[in-house]
Amino acid sequence: MLQSFKLAIKAILSNKIRSLLTMLGIIIGVAAVIILVSIVAGYMGEMVKQFEEMGVNKISVFCRNMSTRRMNDSDMYNFWDEHPEWLDGLSPNVSLNNAVIKSGSENLDSTSIIGVSEDYLDIEKYTIEEGRGLVYADVVSRSSVCVVGSYVANTFYGSPDKAVSDSIKINGKPFTIIGVIETQDEDNFEEGGTDDFIWIPYTVATKMSRNGYINNYVLISSDTSYTNDITNELKKKLYDVFKNERLYNVTANSSIIKQLNEQIGTLTAMLAGIAGISLLVAGIGVMNIMLVSVTERTREIGIRKALGARQGVIMQQFVIEAAVTSTIGGIIGIVIGALATKSIGAMMEINANPTIWAVLLSFGVSVAIGLIFGYLPAKSAAKLNPIDALRTD
Amino acid sequence: MGIPLIEMINEYKIYIMGNEQVYANDNINLKIYSGEFVAIVGKSGSGKSTLMNIIGALDKPTSGKYILNGRDTSTMTDDELAEIRNKTIGFIFQQYNLLPKLTLLENVELPLLYAGVKASERRNKALKSLARVGLKEKYSQYPNQLSGGQQQRVSIARALAGNPSLLLADEPTGALDSKTSREVLNFLKQLHSEGNTIVMITHDNAIALEAKRVVRIHDGKIIFDGDTEEYATKFQTSH
Repeated sequence: MLQSFKLAIKAILSNKIRSLLTMLGIIIGVAAVIILVSIVAGYMGEMVKQFEEMGVNKISVFCRNMSTRRMNDSDMYNFWDEHPEWLDGLSPNVSLNNAVIKSGSENLDSTSIIGVSEDYLDIEKYTIEEGRGLVYADVVSRSSVCVVGSYVANTFYGSPDKAVSDSIKINGKPFTIIGVIETQDEDNFEEGGTDDFIWIPYTVATKMSRNGYINNYVLISSDTSYTNDITNELKKKLYDVFKNERLYNVTANSSIIKQLNEQIGTLTAMLAGIAGISLLVAGIGVMNIMLVSVTERTREIGIRKALGARQGVIMQQFVIEAAVTSTIGGIIGIVIGALATKSIGAMMEINANPTIWAVLLSFGVSVAIGLIFGYLPAKSAAKLNPIDALRTD
Repeated sequence: MGIPLIEMINEYKIYIMGNEQVYANDNINLKIYSGEFVAIVGKSGSGKSTLMNIIGALDKPTSGKYILNGRDTSTMTDDELAEIRNKTIGFIFQQYNLLPKLTLLENVELPLLYAGVKASERRNKALKSLARVGLKEKYSQYPNQLSGGQQQRVSIARALAGNPSLLLADEPTGALDSKTSREVLNFLKQLHSEGNTIVMITHDNAIALEAKRVVRIHDGKIIFDGDTEEYATKFQTSH
């Protein structure tokens, strides 16, 4: 056995260029598997992370309210009362799309304005930089107060502390700025960006909206394990109201993440499969070279057999040679794949690490390729008739 | 004389060439005893190579029996034949048949390796064997660094390494000049005098005369089997 390994390494070294070319297929195949799988995993991991930042406990409800069939804020709060342990927060989400917003004489054309409840700050996981957030009293008393994003505060009032207590006009009505939210996204700090928004009590927003309906709600579950129960119960409740599944929709972030993870799995397996085909081709390359090697070494095989080498010994020698060749190729491929993954990941600004299972799998596959594709040539070598083998030059 | 080392009983080797049957060995009956030095001589195509393949357990007879060292080879599997070759026969080939990528020591170790001898013992035996042919100092060299005569001596060392019952030499001087041929033949004679059994295949009557007994093959049949003096008188003209 040890002797076979020594012989294999000798044979590989005695034909360096050919061995390298044989390995090249395996190197490329293994590196491709590792790079593809790791980059996709890294990229998808990034996406999942983004979703998680948005809150795994978040559940969004959309309903198309009509005059006869509608879901009110009170219905939603009743739902919370029925299942107090399920939820940590609830907020209607009323967008005012055509509101005219003015700070002094300046128009804020791109600023988004939504009506929310006092829970919304926690739901979004934002923090107040200056002043205070909305409170229950603001909502029930329909106060003309608002919380603004840091872009609004900095651009139109100079700084967050100057903005607080100042006012802003929405559809001609003055609103007192009671708080400023910390900057969320430095890279996107511009007109229409992440930090260009105004929150007002949803009760006020509903009054200002054209039909006074609340079509969107955001809920926060106290634990992701409740997600299914909450989603199902809400759907039941909504069906009772709307009698038509197309008029409402309940989406849980955690189930999106779950779906996303499943899709990642499928995609990764598919890509690994495609890269795997290159490994198959590489395996055929190994077989090809080993067959040539057997033909070239017919005389050597004949001598060995004449001196008493049994079929198994000859077989072992060639299988091990093929396995060692493809294993060395596999190891080189793993190193190249890992390095390439790191540098491509850095270029794409994602945290891509060669996944352990991709490394183990491709290593295993490259060893297996050597064994499987080395088998046929080794078999033909072992079967050689020593007389015929000795006769060749 | 006891039991013969080699015994062939009604041995046939028949090849099918198209529609024709070629009798390469045609009813060979032969006994060779331990300690003999036999030359098997014949022209090319006479069937002597076929006979040597069967004696060397490289091939099996089509019919008849070949009993080597008390064991019938005609029903043996490939691996059993390999074992017989390994334990019983030391081959000396015309083309030396050394493996070019192995050192002399590794070449001589090969039969011992296949016999499953431990590494340290293998090395000792191989070195002793190389010493017998006077090439111990060159053990770490490669075959292509040696002359033809030296290479043939290495192949003899390899044949001797496993201490086989039979040395089977196939045209051992065929690739050598007359001076080195002489050396090799003298060495074979010396080995014979030390008690080794030698069967030598050759086409050359002059070489055959170096043996103690000559078996002449013609058209697959034995046409002469006797001692060398008798052969010399009978076949002087054809030489």
